[in-house]
Amino acid sequence: MTQQADMSGAKALWHTLAAHGIDTVFGYPGGAIMPVYDALTYYPDIRHILARHEQGAIHAAEGWAKATGQIGVCIATSGPGATNLVTGLADAMMDSVPLLAITGNVARHLIGTDAFQEADITGITLPITKHNYVVQDPDDLPRIVAEAIRIARSGRPGPVLVDIPKDVQLAAFGGELVAPHADPGRLAPDPQAIQAAVTLLQTAQRPVLMVGGGAQGAAAEITAFARAWQIPTVTTLMGLGAFPASDPLWLGMPGMHGSVAANRAISEADVLIGVGLRFDDRVTGRVKDFARHAQIIHVDLDAAEIGKIVRTQVSVRADAASAAQALSEAATPYVHPEWTAQIQTWKARDQQGSPTAWGAGSAVRQVVERLRPDDILSTDVGQHQMLAAQLARFEKPRRWITSGGLGTMGFGFPAAIGAALAEPQVTSVIIAGDGGFQMTAQELATLTKYRIQNVKICIINNSFLGMVRQWQELFHERRYSEVYLGDSNPDFLKLAGAYGIEGFRADSQDNLPAAIDAWLAHPGSALLEVVVPQEHGVFPMVPAGAALHEMIETEAEASQGGSK
Amino acid sequence: MTGMEQDHLVSVIVRDEPRVLTRITALFGRRAYNIKSLSVGSTEHPGLSRMTFVVTGNRGIVEQAMKQLEKLIDVVHVIDHSLEKFVDRELLLVKVHITNDTRVEVRHIAEDFRARIVDVGRHALTFEVTGDEGKITAFIEQMRPFGILETMRTGRVALTRGSNADIPSHIYHDGETAALKSPTQTALLPREQDAQTVENLF
Ligand SMILES: Cc1ncc(C[n+]2csc(CCOP(=O)(O)OP(=O)(O)O)c2C)c(N)n1
Repeated sequence: MTQQADMSGAKALWHTLAAHGIDTVFGYPGGAIMPVYDALTYYPDIRHILARHEQGAIHAAEGWAKATGQIGVCIATSGPGATNLVTGLADAMMDSVPLLAITGNVARHLIGTDAFQEADITGITLPITKHNYVVQDPDDLPRIVAEAIRIARSGRPGPVLVDIPKDVQLAAFGGELVAPHADPGRLAPDPQAIQAAVTLLQTAQRPVLMVGGGAQGAAAEITAFARAWQIPTVTTLMGLGAFPASDPLWLGMPGMHGSVAANRAISEADVLIGVGLRFDDRVTGRVKDFARHAQIIHVDLDAAEIGKIVRTQVSVRADAASAAQALSEAATPYVHPEWTAQIQTWKARDQQGSPTAWGAGSAVRQVVERLRPDDILSTDVGQHQMLAAQLARFEKPRRWITSGGLGTMGFGFPAAIGAALAEPQVTSVIIAGDGGFQMTAQELATLTKYRIQNVKICIINNSFLGMVRQWQELFHERRYSEVYLGDSNPDFLKLAGAYGIEGFRADSQDNLPAAIDAWLAHPGSALLEVVVPQEHGVFPMVPAGAALHEMIETEAEASQGGSK
Repeated sequence: MTGMEQDHLVSVIVRDEPRVLTRITALFGRRAYNIKSLSVGSTEHPGLSRMTFVVTGNRGIVEQAMKQLEKLIDVVHVIDHSLEKFVDRELLLVKVHITNDTRVEVRHIAEDFRARIVDVGRHALTFEVTGDEGKITAFIEQMRPFGILETMRTGRVALTRGSNADIPSHIYHDGETAALKSPTQTALLPREQDAQTVENLF
């Protein structure tokens, strides 16, 4: 492309972002990024969302990316602004979220002098970004930004940080403006690897398909594959929605708080095919005993994930969609009635276990039952998150937004705002705990400032850091050390009201349905506080370090001496 | 991931950009892979550097380390020297204590090893020796009885034997003329395809 007269580095940055189709960014200004904010005034087609904390901005960008599959962009100033992005970058790295973080830095001649608000953000974020840059020459800006976007989106997606010294933002730009890189396209599997997988699948008597977050963009192909082969399917925490929950083949989520059917099926499987997942320890339980009877086929884009945790008989390096498509085309007529019957028995046991007594479980169930297929459900981290993952029924991909790998409290609410802005026509529901909500509650201001109408906040208030309390109950003889919040929680309705947001409250099985109705019917964003009994656990549960088949299935079982 | 703890020789071609060494050593550090030696130098291609590592661990650990290296944007190519014949060398500087009685003997041994004297002190001689690991170790063992005052080793460097270059031809796009001119060009390479063509990774 052409050289541009009267352009600064900052304008070249916005120009490049716009050329990549980026129309919304989340951020927070400061001294070292001011030229970028000044140049923004020349780009009225780009919407900037001012968060109340950089962590809110980056989680919102993550929510945007998770809901759309497109890159999320956030901007912060140097030093404290940049360091406030650290948690979000680590979160995006763990969950493979395509993200571009732009940070300002002190002028080039001040870098390394401990100048005011200087922090070595590229050094700090080196292990938690896919790649990062310091732009030393304004003429390099478009090339670097285009490359950063390509890196963030291609292969296994992830966060990329571009740090721009203030004088580089201000300097006259004399370089070339570059066109976006071509779509990286899909990585097709090696036919021999597919053949090996097919051969193994054909021998399977008790096959299981395990689908992870890497398959969120491949739901159609995954579903076709599972149905063609009639393989019972589990979706991990990150994979929820990549296979329709209404399909009889679906067994729920595996792992620490997984379903009985999913965990039993994995423990008994003779062939397990994992697609787009990395065998996180929350999913495998004790690795030595994970899928102990199974030969494992692992399909992943990232070669380094294959064989990293579990031994793998067949490795297929490819993107989930291409691999699933190749596998479904090779499908052979395939029945194993005993396995199917066995699985249905386990599934029935899960259905009985659905919480009915008043508590966090039944509250979450009632909320998620009201979701429509297009609605987006975000959660924060804790018991409510596991309950929502167990109880929500997703028919479509990218409707479930949660912090899986890092388990970041404070993630859910800003992420729900990002998703709501990305898809203003759908309802963006966030279920949070009373603990985590307070980590980013200041983003209520963002709802108000931009008159965001489609965010429905539900706080499950159990007066505790519930998940920690559950572990203390089970593994620390109920010594509830520093987990009680009930004496100091705010009045959440008043808190919402302080930002001009309508609030609703329920505290029993009886008044919850009406409260949910009023909350969802309210025109505009609204908050619902559900006050629940304090000491409720999430079950089933595989204790840390145990194997999946050693799962504690019910609360009753736990209290009968499951306390080890 | 079982198997014997062994030394593995791995070379990495990297873009010559700030922090590359930090990225690589940080990656090793975080995953607790122990680097036994590391040497870095520029290559015949401007913008590309070459590193040779010796990593200790079982085969699984080393393979995982190599896969993680492959993912770094600055890493252009990873070479596992166990897959092909290679030459490797190391440079050792060693300062050996001498007395009037031992001076001649020490010099004789050094001649046998083709070690060169690079510094002469009143009570010590400093030698320079190059060779493969066996030779370096043998030289140190021969000198030990006389009293080794200090040593410095560069760490191993290695090249694959034969006429094929370790930088695979697809990195040049279409032959020598299109060889990398600047790091910028490396930056535009489709990394995903590179990785796919690197065999024996898993
Ligand atoms: C930033 C952060 N700090 C600490 C934790 C550890 N942690 C995990 S769950 C949890 C309790 C969450 O409590 P709450 O938000 O009230 O949700 P609940 O479990 O009660 O549903 C804590 C403290 C975390 N995941 N993230």
